[in-house]
Amino acid sequence: MMRIVSYLVLLLMTGVMFITTSGLPELYNAKSAPATHVSPHYIENSKEETGSPNFVTAVLADYRGYDTLGETTVIFTAGIATVLLLRTSKGKEEKDSKKACLEEGKE
Amino acid sequence: MKEYFTRYIIYWLIFVLFMIGPYGMIFKKNLLKKLMAMNIMQVAVILFFLVLGLKTNGSIPILDSGIIGIDNYINPIPHALMLTAIVVSLATTGVSLALLLLIQRRYGALEEDELLRRMNK
Amino acid sequence: MNKRFGTIVLDTSFRFIIPFIMVYSVYVLIHGEDSPGGGFQAGALFGIVFVLSRLVQGEDCALKISGTKAIMLAGVGTAIYGFVGVLTLIFGGNFLQYGALPLNMHEPERHAMGILGIEIGVTLCVMATIIAIFDALTRREEM
Repeated sequence: MMRIVSYLVLLLMTGVMFITTSGLPELYNAKSAPATHVSPHYIENSKEETGSPNFVTAVLADYRGYDTLGETTVIFTAGIATVLLLRTSKGKEEKDSKKACLEEGKE
Repeated sequence: MKEYFTRYIIYWLIFVLFMIGPYGMIFKKNLLKKLMAMNIMQVAVILFFLVLGLKTNGSIPILDSGIIGIDNYINPIPHALMLTAIVVSLATTGVSLALLLLIQRRYGALEEDELLRRMNK
Repeated sequence: MNKRFGTIVLDTSFRFIIPFIMVYSVYVLIHGEDSPGGGFQAGALFGIVFVLSRLVQGEDCALKISGTKAIMLAGVGTAIYGFVGVLTLIFGGNFLQYGALPLNMHEPERHAMGILGIEIGVTLCVMATIIAIFDALTRREEM
């Protein structure tokens, strides 16, 4: 029963996405919404304003440098999280092994 | 009809790729497979944003003296945003893999029903 | 990954290809302003060098950075990024306004130097995070 409901929900989501496709911006069109608001300014002025012919680098490091600082911090935090999750605390392990040895001796 | 089809076919393919994600996350029992489905979903979102930057006759977003005019460079903003999204997805995948490794070490299983059974013991 | 994996062909081709990957990574970093590339890509390439070394040569590989050292390196990278921003603050600009850097250059060149500075930070952070994640995931379980 739950399986059928899940399939129906998935089908509904897919259907909604396919139906509302015509509301998305038109592809390949230089006058569509994503290509008009602020990107012409970046394309026209980034060479004079930032000295970088690569627009992507100009946007990433200069116009939106603060964002990239946040992203770098996110990556750093994720790295710390991985290392802390999988750390092997030596002191605790030694204690555990000592305890195991003692228990073995008792038995 | 044909024009309608060619205009939206890329969006439809991306939607199909996207729906692999919820499908896998709902129906697969293995946690690693769920994580892979989530990553596929992430790739679909990244592709969706990259597609928004396309233009007819658009060159790569690097200033070239031979190419003049705004319409001849593709939109640089989705590229800049998705570049960081890709690297962040790498880091978060690392964290989730670490969590899965801990679950595997503690319970000895990654299957959902098996996990529930061992947790209730 | 803990055991040595390579045969003689793999070992030799590994030694041959590693310097080229390193040089390519530095090229991608330094030419990030006027060609495709930048800090994130250079960091991924340089991280791959250490991952490959660990994969091919096993645990006693030549190029090795342990997980703790790698995470310190990632912190240094993030700190470099923040330091460039604070430097512009000290010399009277806004945060990350590279025009305020005290260099005897034209304004666009000062911007380029600032971008290079923060991209070195990003490269270190991404490289070290990749190494740290790989090292943590593949460490031998001490039981």
